[in-house]
Amino acid sequence: MKELLTGNEAIARGAFESGITVAAAYPGTPSTEILENLVRYPGVYAQWSPNEKVAMEVGAGSAIGGARTLVTMKHVGVNVAADPLFTLAYAGVNGGLVLVSADDPGMHSSQNEQDNRNYAKFAKIPMLEPSNSQECKDMVGLGLEISEHFDTPVMLRITTRVAHSQGFVELGERKGGEAKPYVKNPPKYVMVPAHARGRHVVVEERRKKLQEYSDTCPINKIEWEDKNIGIITSGIVYEYVKEVAPQASVLKLGMTFPIPTGIIREFAAGVKELYVIEELEPFLEEQIRMLGIEVQGKDLFARVGEVSEKMVAEKLLYVTRYKELIDQSVLVQGVEAETDVPIPLRPPVMCPGCPHRGVFYTLNQLKLTVMGDIGCYTLGALPPLEAMDSCICMGASVGSALGMVKAHPEMQDKVVAVIGDSTFFHSGITGLLDVAYNKAATTTIIMDNSTTAMTGHQDHPATGKTLSKETTNQVDLPALVKALGINRVTVVDAFDIDQLKKIVKTEVETNEPSVIITKKPCVLLTKSENLPLTIDKDSCITCKKCMKLGCPALTAGDDEVTVNTALCTGCGLCAQLCPSDAFRKEGDVVGQQ
Amino acid sequence: MLLDNNKVTNILMVGVGGQGTILASRILSFLAQDKGYDVKVSEIHGMAQRGGSVVTQVRMGQKVHSPLIGEGQADFMLAFERLEAFRYLSYLKKSGTMIINDQAIAPVPVIMGLQKYPDSIVETIKSKVPDTIALDALGLARKCGNDKASNVVLMGVLARKMGFAKEQCYKALEAKVPPKFLELNKKAFEEGWNIQV
Repeated sequence: MKELLTGNEAIARGAFESGITVAAAYPGTPSTEILENLVRYPGVYAQWSPNEKVAMEVGAGSAIGGARTLVTMKHVGVNVAADPLFTLAYAGVNGGLVLVSADDPGMHSSQNEQDNRNYAKFAKIPMLEPSNSQECKDMVGLGLEISEHFDTPVMLRITTRVAHSQGFVELGERKGGEAKPYVKNPPKYVMVPAHARGRHVVVEERRKKLQEYSDTCPINKIEWEDKNIGIITSGIVYEYVKEVAPQASVLKLGMTFPIPTGIIREFAAGVKELYVIEELEPFLEEQIRMLGIEVQGKDLFARVGEVSEKMVAEKLLYVTRYKELIDQSVLVQGVEAETDVPIPLRPPVMCPGCPHRGVFYTLNQLKLTVMGDIGCYTLGALPPLEAMDSCICMGASVGSALGMVKAHPEMQDKVVAVIGDSTFFHSGITGLLDVAYNKAATTTIIMDNSTTAMTGHQDHPATGKTLSKETTNQVDLPALVKALGINRVTVVDAFDIDQLKKIVKTEVETNEPSVIITKKPCVLLTKSENLPLTIDKDSCITCKKCMKLGCPALTAGDDEVTVNTALCTGCGLCAQLCPSDAFRKEGDVVGQQ
Repeated sequence: MLLDNNKVTNILMVGVGGQGTILASRILSFLAQDKGYDVKVSEIHGMAQRGGSVVTQVRMGQKVHSPLIGEGQADFMLAFERLEAFRYLSYLKKSGTMIINDQAIAPVPVIMGLQKYPDSIVETIKSKVPDTIALDALGLARKCGNDKASNVVLMGVLARKMGFAKEQCYKALEAKVPPKFLELNKKAFEEGWNIQV
C-alpha cells in the first residue's frame, strides 16, 4: 500500500517497520514531527528529553542495552549532543542507533545553516542522505543494519525540503521489535583513556571497512545517460538535477560518508564534464578532490542558502559545452512581477493575545539591554517592540547577560536575560547556576507560557505530560530557581503591565541575581473566554499608544484606530495602555462600566 | 486549462499563516492520487507560520521529482489573500490561471501605518493574467455558516478549473474533512464549484 507521507512521517514509519523500540528527541524545526508521529505506533517507546544531549545519552544507553534506537534533532541540536555522540562513536552500539539530523539550508526556521554532514566525518561515523520520503523510510532500516553490522552510530541527514515535502511511500510490516540481550563489556563501553585508546584503533579500522562497504552500498548508484555531462549529487539536490538535466549521467550518493571511491573514479572516468552539486559546504567536493579528481562544484554554486532548479540550470548552462542536455524551461519568465507599487513584507508576528507581548513592551519602555534566546519570543526583536540585543543559541541569554555585566559592571542595572520555559529547561538552568555562583547582578526573566510553543506546542518537564500524553512529575519552576541559589524570585501575571514594570524596575536595580517568572499559557493552547474589545470612537484621542504593542488585531488609520474583532482575544493589554479609556468589551454599551 | 497527462502540473497556494492552505493541499493531493498521478507536496512549518506569508506547493504528473515550484512555473495559483497573490505573481506562468480570494489581511507594517496596503491589486492582476478568477470566498464561506471554510470554497473553483469530476471531489472531502464539518464543507465546495468562470 502506498501513502503520501512527509519525510518526517516516513522516517517514523521506517523506525516502526524496522523494529525500533526506543526513541528520544528534543523538538526543533524541521525535525519535530518525526517523534510526534512515531509515538502513535504500537511497540515503540518515544519521549521528549529536556535537550538533545540528554536525548543522545538516552539513545546511547538504549543502543548499548541492545534496542534498536532512533534519536532525532535539528542541526543545531547536534552541537548540543556532540559530546555523547563523539564518544559513542568510540564505544559503538549493541542494538542499532540512527541519529537524524534535520538541517535547514536557507534558515527557514533556524539561527544558522551549518552543514551537519561534517559531523559524520568529524565523529568518523557513516552518513546517509535521503532525497525523498520513500528513501527516508528505507534509509532508517538500512542505517540500522549498517549500525549493527559495523558497530557504530549512523547519521541520517535530512534537510527542510525533504523533511516537509510529501511523496509516496510503500508501506511494509514491522519486523523485529525485541531488544538484544545486554552484555557487560567495560573495555568497549567504559571510555577511560586505557580503553579509549584501544577503541580509537577499532574506529579507524571500522572507517576503512565502511569505506570499502560504501562502494557496494546499494544507495550509491550511477544512472548512466548521456556521458558528456556527469553530475555527482545527494539529498534533495538529486531531485532538482533530475528535473533540470534528465538526460545527463548522475551519480546519486545515498551514503555520503565515507564516499564510494571506486564508483566515483569509474563515474569520473566515464564522463566528459564532471560536476558536483550540493547545498552548503563542499563536503563531497573536497572528498572527491582528495582522490585527485578535477571537478567543478563550489566555483559555480554558492555555499550560502538553498540550491534551486533554476540555479542548477543557469550555472550548468553557463559552463557546459552540452547545453542541449539542460532543460531550459525552468528559466522561462512568468507573469511580470509588480514593480510600480511597493509590496509590504509580511514577517511572522506574535499572535494576538500572546503573553510575551506585554513583557517586551515593558522592556522596550524601560530601555533595557535584553539578551535574548530561541523561541516565539525572539520575535520581540522586531518592530515595534524591538526589545532584544542578542540571540545566539538555546539557553545563551542567561550566560551572555552575565558576560555583559562582567564586561560592563556599570550596566548591571540595565541588563536582563529573557528565556522561555522550555528553553530554560533545555539549557538555561546551567547558565542560571553560573549567575548565582558568580554573583552576577543580572535579572533573568523566564517567560513561562507552559509549552514549547514555536515548534507546535510540545510538552516539557513542567507541563506534567509526556510525549505520549501520560501524566507525569512536574518540575516546580520557582523552587528549582531557588535551589540553584537565586534568592530573589518573583512570579507575575504576564498581562499585568503595571505590576510587571514595577517588578522589573526593582529587580534590575537590585544588587544581586534575580529571576522574574512571567506566567500565562500560550494563547493558542487555551480558548480565550474574553470577548474581543472594540474602540469607542468618541473616547479615542488617536494617540496610538496602543499601536506600540504591535498587535495584529489593531489597525491604525490616519484618524482612528480599529480592532479586528475576528483576531482580538480580549487580552486587554491595549486597554491598559489607553490614556482615554476608549476600549470596550464587545457588546458593552458605550459609556457603561 | 485542464490537467495535462503528459506533463507535470504545478499548483502554488499562497496565503497567510492560519488560512487553511494545508487542508486545501491535502484535498488536492488526494484528487491527484485518486487519478493515479505521482504527487509531491511541500509545506511550511515553524516560525514562518506565526501570521507570516505561507506557501504550499503541489506538483502532480506521471513522475514528479522536485517538490518545489520555481518562478514562472506555476500552472495554477490559488491565492487565499490579495497581497500574497501580488507577492508571488512572478511564480505564475504567463498562460497560467489565477484564482484569487478578494480578501485583504493587513500585515504588521501596514497595521502600524508604516507602509500602505496596495490599491487595486485584483484589477492589476487581471490586466496581467487573462485567466483570473476573483471571488469573495470569505463571504461565500460565511453564507455556508463558517468563515474558516473559505479554503474549501477556493478548492471548489480550482477543482472544476482543473477538470476533476465532482463525485471525485466529494470523495476527497469525505476522506480529508472531519465528519462533523463534512456537510458545511460540501456546501462551501459547491459555492466555489458554481462560480461562473
